[in-house]
Amino acid sequence: MAKSRSASYASPAYVVDGARTPFLKARGRPGPFSASDLAVSAGRSLLARQPIAPDQLDEVILGCAMASPDEPNIGRIVALRLGCGNKVPGFTVMRNCASAMQALDSAVRNIWLGRADMVLAGGTEAMSRAPVLFNEDMVNWLADLARAKAPLDKALHMTRLRPKHLAPEIALIKGLTDPIVGMNMGQTCEVIAQRFGISREEMDRFAARSHHRLAAAFDEGRMDEEVVTLYDPSGRTYEEDDGLRRDSSEEKLATLKPFFDRRVGQVTAGNSSQITDGAALLLLASEAAVKKHKLEVLGTIEDTEWAALDPAEMGLGPAHASAPLLQRHGLGIDDVDYWEVNEAFAGQVLAVIEALADPEYSRKELGLDDALGRIDESKLNIDGGAVATGHPVGASGARIVLHALKVLERQGGGTAVASLCIGGGQGGAMLLKGTAGETS
Amino acid sequence: MNESVKHWNLRRDEDGIAWLYFDKAGASTNVLSRDVMSELNDQLAGLEKDLPKAVVVCSAKKSGFVAGADIKEFTELKDADQAYEMVRAGQKVLDRLEALKCPTIALINGFALGGGLELALACRYRILNDDPKTVIGLPEVKLGIHPGFGGTVRSVQLAGPLKAMDMMLSGKNLRPKQARAIGLVDQIVPARHLERAARMMALKPPKRRQLPLQERLMNLTPARKVLAGVLEKQVAKKARRDHYPAPYAIIDLWKEYGDKPALMMEKEARSIAALFCTDTSRNLVRVFLLQDKLKALGGKAKHSFRHVHVVGAGVMGGDIAAWCALRGMNVTLQDREPKYIAPVIKRARKLYEKKLRDPRLVQAALDRLMPDVDGRGVPDADVVIEAIYEDADAKKALFRSVEPRMKPGAILATNTSSIRLEDLQDALETPNRLIGLHFFNPVAMMPLVEIIHTRETPREEIDKGIAFARKIDKLPLPCLSSPGFVVNRVLMPYMMEALLAGEDGVPLAIIDSAAKRFGMPMGPVELADTVGLDVALHVARILGAAYGIPVPDRLVEMVEKKRLGRKTGRGFYEWKDGKPEKPAAKDETPPQDLADRLVLPMVNEAVAVWRDGVVEDLDLLDAGIIFGTGFAPFRGGPINFARARGVADVVDSLKRLEERYGERFEPDAGWKEIAS
Repeated sequence: MAKSRSASYASPAYVVDGARTPFLKARGRPGPFSASDLAVSAGRSLLARQPIAPDQLDEVILGCAMASPDEPNIGRIVALRLGCGNKVPGFTVMRNCASAMQALDSAVRNIWLGRADMVLAGGTEAMSRAPVLFNEDMVNWLADLARAKAPLDKALHMTRLRPKHLAPEIALIKGLTDPIVGMNMGQTCEVIAQRFGISREEMDRFAARSHHRLAAAFDEGRMDEEVVTLYDPSGRTYEEDDGLRRDSSEEKLATLKPFFDRRVGQVTAGNSSQITDGAALLLLASEAAVKKHKLEVLGTIEDTEWAALDPAEMGLGPAHASAPLLQRHGLGIDDVDYWEVNEAFAGQVLAVIEALADPEYSRKELGLDDALGRIDESKLNIDGGAVATGHPVGASGARIVLHALKVLERQGGGTAVASLCIGGGQGGAMLLKGTAGETS
Repeated sequence: MNESVKHWNLRRDEDGIAWLYFDKAGASTNVLSRDVMSELNDQLAGLEKDLPKAVVVCSAKKSGFVAGADIKEFTELKDADQAYEMVRAGQKVLDRLEALKCPTIALINGFALGGGLELALACRYRILNDDPKTVIGLPEVKLGIHPGFGGTVRSVQLAGPLKAMDMMLSGKNLRPKQARAIGLVDQIVPARHLERAARMMALKPPKRRQLPLQERLMNLTPARKVLAGVLEKQVAKKARRDHYPAPYAIIDLWKEYGDKPALMMEKEARSIAALFCTDTSRNLVRVFLLQDKLKALGGKAKHSFRHVHVVGAGVMGGDIAAWCALRGMNVTLQDREPKYIAPVIKRARKLYEKKLRDPRLVQAALDRLMPDVDGRGVPDADVVIEAIYEDADAKKALFRSVEPRMKPGAILATNTSSIRLEDLQDALETPNRLIGLHFFNPVAMMPLVEIIHTRETPREEIDKGIAFARKIDKLPLPCLSSPGFVVNRVLMPYMMEALLAGEDGVPLAIIDSAAKRFGMPMGPVELADTVGLDVALHVARILGAAYGIPVPDRLVEMVEKKRLGRKTGRGFYEWKDGKPEKPAAKDETPPQDLADRLVLPMVNEAVAVWRDGVVEDLDLLDAGIIFGTGFAPFRGGPINFARARGVADVVDSLKRLEERYGERFEPDAGWKEIAS
C-alpha cells in the first residue's frame, strides 16, 4: 500500500556529522554512565568539531526507550547539560528499538517543514540502569502503610508484609517482552528463523563474522571518527565497544545453549545482540544553515518508512519498511550501494534477507509484484553490527544511520538504506544519500 | 527624617514593622565603618522613642548582608586607647540594639562576616537565605584580632562555648545548615521568601531558644579552665603564641570572664584594642589590603573569558584545567592519548565533590571539563595554556601548530617555570603575544599566579592575563621574564642554604624546625623533598647559573641515587603515607645564626628581584612572596620584615654571614635603595 507524499518541502535534511560513544555491555549491575551522561559525552565532542555553538541549535531530539525517573524528558536535560542554554527546546521520543531513528525522522520533518535549521538528534540508552521496581502488591502495601495514621495501625500493617511483596519486577525483562503476544524478542526470532529455515550454524557463522568485521573496523582505524572516548570519574577510559569478542568463532558459539526457548531453540546469547549502554548523536541542518555556517555535510536523509506487522514476527520489520521505501523511489536492490540492517539477532537479519528474496512472501505480505532480490552480504553491515557492538535500544537507530553515511563517504557517495526491526511488530527504514565530501 | 542619613534607611509598614535597610553610601558592599555605627545609633534612638511592633535589620545591597568592619579604618588606629574607644563605642551601639524592647530580626541575604555577624547576633532572631554562596563566620583571627563588637560574648551565648570557640579560633566560614545546627540562625528560607519570613516572624515571634544544659555547664568556671587548656593545645599545633597572639587571647578572654557577660564585653574591647597594635595584626591587615591591591591590578577594559584550552594533562595542566572548570569556564584538555587525561577526570571529581558538594553542581562542573585528544577546542578558546613538559623544542612545535588556529585576541600562555619567554617566542607569528601564566602546586590551594611578560609585551596582553587570573579567582603578580621569576627564585636560596647547613652537620630536622619557628609553613628540607629533588636540582642549576646560587653536592648525589623525595618514598627524609619521618630532636640547641642563615638569603634575593626590575613595587613583591611561598604572613612579607628589623641590621647580619660562610651572602646592591 504505497502512500502518496508531497515532494515539496522547505529544505533537504542534511546530515552534517555524528558521533557515538563506545557501547558498553550491561554486566548485571548499574554501569558507570547514565543515559544522559552518554549523550552528553557524544554530544559535546560532536559539537566541539563544528563551527557553531550549542546555543545556536534550534532543538534537541533524543530517542530513549527506558528513561530513568531522574532524567524526565532526557532530550531537554541533555540540551541544558550541553550548554545549549535556556532557549533551546528539547524533547524525547520512544519507538522501542527505533527510538533514535524516530528522533532523526522528527528532526528531518522539522527541517523539511522549515521549522528548524539545525537540530541535534539521536538517541541514548543505559539499559544497565533500567530500574528494579516494587511489584504491584508491594506498591499497594506501601500505599496502605502511608494511610495508616495511628502507631498501632502502622504496627499492625507491618505484620501484613509477606515474602511475595519483595519479589522485584525487573523493568528490563518487561521492556524486552511483548505484552500483546506474550513473547520475548528472542522468541520472535525463533518464529521467523523457523519460517525461513535459518539454521543454527548459519546464525553462528553470521554472528562470528559480525565480531570479526567490527574488530577489523576498529583495528584499521575506520571507527576513529565516529566513536568518541568515554572517561569515567574513577579514571577509566573506554575507546571501543566492550562487548566485542575478537576471538569469536563458529566453534565457540556452537557450544552455547539456546537462551530463549530452552533446549529446543536455536537463538543463543552469542548469536543475539547484547544488552548495552550507549548513545549516538547526529547534527542535522537545513540548506540555509549549511550555507550560512559553511558546514561540510556527510549526506542527506531522503526519506523514512514506518511499517507495522504481526508482533510475533517483529524481526521481519526491516523487510516491511525497506520494500515500500525503495519502491516509492523507484529503486531496485542493485541501486542500493550499502545496507545497514540492525542485528537484533543474527537469525533475524538472515530471515529478513530471505524474506526480501522470496517472491511469495514479497507478493503476499509486502504488497510487491515480485521479490526485491537478495541483499549482497558484502554490502551489508560490513563493519559489524549489533551482535558485536551491542544494541542500546534508544541509540541503535542513530548508530546505523551514522555508520551508513560514513561508509558512503569512504566509497565516494551513493545510496544506502538503514533499517531496524522494532519490538511490538514494526519496522523502520531510512533512505540515505552520501555527498562524497562535497559542501552543498 | 534626619537629612544627614547616608547609610541607613528606615521604612515602617502598615503592620507597624520597622524595616531598617543598611545601604552603605558609595560602596558596593556593606561594612561597619565608624560613621555607619554612629548613624545606626541615631536610628536606634528614633526607634526607642517610637517603638515599632518589630525591627527587621536587612541589607539593601545585592552583594550580601554585611562583610565586617571597615578594615581600612584599622590602619588609621594609632594606639590601643584609640582602638578601645572605637570598639567600645561600637559595642554600645549593638548593646542598644539588643536592648530594644521589641523583637529584632536580622535578615541575612548572603554573607554575614565578622562585625556583620556581630550585628546580626545583637538581634533577637536571625533568618538566613538558603544559597550556596551564603556564609557566616567570625574570621577576625585571620587579621590577628578577634571579634570586638560583642561577638565573643554573644556567640558563646547562642552556640555554646565549644562551637563558638571553634568558629572564632579557626575563623572558618559556616554554611546555612551548619549555622542553624549550632544555633546561630533561627530559620533558613529560599531567597524568594526572605521578606515574607521576616514579616511572619515579626508578627508572631517564636519562643527564644535556650542553650542546652550541657552547653551551659561548660561555661562554668571549672569547666572553662579545663577546656581552655585543651583548646590551647589544639591551637599550639597550628600557631605559636608569639607569632599569632589572637587565638590565645580569645581563649584567655573566655577562660577568665566567660561567666560574666557584661565584664567580658569590656575586656573584649581591651583585648582587641591591644591586639590591633601588635605587629602581627598590623602585618596581617597589611597583607589583606595587599591582596586587594593585587586584585585591583589590570586596566579598566572588560574582557570575557568563556573557554580555556589547556595542552598537557600532567599534574599542573590537569589541575589548572580542573580549576578553570570549577570556576565556571568551559575547558578542553588536550594530551597525546586518553590515558594521560583520564587521571585528571578522577582528580577533578574529588575536587568538585569537596568544593561543591551538591551532586548537580559536581555534574555541571564535570560537564564543563572536556577531554580533547584532537585539540578541537583551540579555535573556540579565549585562552590557550601550554603546560606540557619542560622542553623548548616541544613547546615551540606546539605553538606553531596552535597559533594559526586560535581566535583573534585570544591569550596564548605558557606555564613554564624554567624556560625563558624570549627562547619560546620566536616560534610565533606574533612573538610578543606570548605571556607566562605560572601557577603553583597544588593549583586548588595556591592563590598566586605569576603573569610573566617581557619588556616588549604589549600592555594589553599583560592586562588580559591579569584579567584572566582574576576571572578564575587567582591573585595576579606581573613579573618580568627572568629565571625563576619571583617565587622560585626566592625559595631557591632558602632550600639550598638548608642543604648546605645540612652538609655542615646541622641535623635536618633542626633546620626545618628553625624555619618553622621563624614562621615558614614548611621547613626547607621537607619542601625540597615535597617538590621533588630532581625538580629542585633542575631549577637550582638554572637559577644557579643565572644568579650564582650554589648547588649542594648532596642534592646531586641524591638525584643520581634516584632518592627523589616524597614521590619515591625516600629523599632527605623517609616518607610514609605522604608524611616525612623526622628523627626526634634530641633537645639540641640549634646554632644561633641558623634562622638568619636560612631566612636572610630569601630576603636578600627578594631585594635582588626588585633591583632587577622583575617586580617594580615592593608591596606587590611582599604580597607575591607571601601568597606564593607562605612566607610568615604575620611578618607582612620579607621587605616588611627587613624594615621592621631595621635594614641596617639586616645588611650587617648578611655581612657577618658572608664572612662566615661565603660570598653567596653578600648583601644585594638593592639594599641601598630601601629606606628603613
